[in-house]
Amino acid sequence: MTDTALFTYCMRLADDSAILSQRLGEWCGHASHLEEDIALTNIALDLIGHARELYTYAGQIEGKGRDEDALCFHRVEREFNNLLLVEQPNDDFAYAIMRQFLFSAFMHPFWEAMMNSKDEQLAGLAAKAEKEAAYHLRHSAEWVIRLGDGTEESHNRISDALEFLWMYTGEMFECDEVVSSLVAKEVAVDPMSIKHLWDETVNTVLARANLERPTESWMQTGGRKGEHSEHLGHILSPMQYLQRSFPQAQW
Amino acid sequence: MAVAAKILRSELDQKAWNAVCDVPDPEVPVLTIEDLGVLRDVHVQADGSVEVTITPTYTGCPAMSMFAFDIEAALLTAGFERVDVKTVLTPAWTTDWLSEKAREKLRVYGIAPPNGKASRRALFGEEQVRCPKCNSANTSRISEFGSTACKALYRCNDCSEPFDYFKCI
Repeated sequence: MTDTALFTYCMRLADDSAILSQRLGEWCGHASHLEEDIALTNIALDLIGHARELYTYAGQIEGKGRDEDALCFHRVEREFNNLLLVEQPNDDFAYAIMRQFLFSAFMHPFWEAMMNSKDEQLAGLAAKAEKEAAYHLRHSAEWVIRLGDGTEESHNRISDALEFLWMYTGEMFECDEVVSSLVAKEVAVDPMSIKHLWDETVNTVLARANLERPTESWMQTGGRKGEHSEHLGHILSPMQYLQRSFPQAQW
Repeated sequence: MAVAAKILRSELDQKAWNAVCDVPDPEVPVLTIEDLGVLRDVHVQADGSVEVTITPTYTGCPAMSMFAFDIEAALLTAGFERVDVKTVLTPAWTTDWLSEKAREKLRVYGIAPPNGKASRRALFGEEQVRCPKCNSANTSRISEFGSTACKALYRCNDCSEPFDYFKCI
């Protein structure tokens, strides 16, 4: 019998990584300077690695012969279950950095907790991803501080990014029946169990960056149910173009 | 990798191991897959096919398909007829597996080897890295990410040499 909850759970995590890596990849050749160009695409590469493992595993769980390419490139918007946060546009370097910081501040403790999962595949991936996420977090945290504590211009931009992206952070802590049933089996991570770690990182970094943490207010939701912002389709078209035009194409 | 290399294995397994252990890393050609600890196991099955187990340094490491290709080529050249290269994530690769010999090879090549043991990284603070050219500890980090996933970019403040640092994970 197919473990539907585990399949869905892996697909959500895979979609988060795939969509964010595509967003980061858009910086290739466009970042502020060469080192940052390389850094953002390095992070994208790590995320592609996570997505590949997760899609492949999800395909095995589903047992219908769909491989990583089928799952990543042959599904439409409503079938994607990524967080709304990761599909938000680059717009400005400060937005890309803040998006990465808010996400990595969650993913680092998330993977650390996942290392204790009773699912060996997820625990194995977590042991690698945790090390990589630590770098992503450090890199983005340093930039948040540099921009927040920089010039008036950089401060305003990172501050705008924080204000705009804050409403997308609530989704990371949602716990529906898919998550709770797997938490009960000690397979998934209860997102609320790492909330205090996320808060601690966010508060520490924002304080150093002279940024004020936005007040808690209404949070956006829908990504986990396939209800996306207008941006996702525009990400999928260049991302899926090749496999849609030439199905089964191989490098 | 020293630990794996010491495991006793049959003569045939050893022959297969010897055939693949010198496959170089395409991005850091001074190191072999054995030096790196990427090569985990080589086993010749009853039907004569060889099962090779490798593990990536980073999850998204693009060198993995190159490794698999080179491993297959090396075994076919050595006379084995069927090769199956398997990738595993567990146990997670760590720079602790780099032997002293491998670290020295990196240094001579101009890449600063990872500093000591992989440990919990603090959110802030830099590792002290020595310049592979002049050995000065007066260096600064230019970027956390370098030319490949496994390296960061540094510069020596004394001899002005920019250099790669093999990140400690």
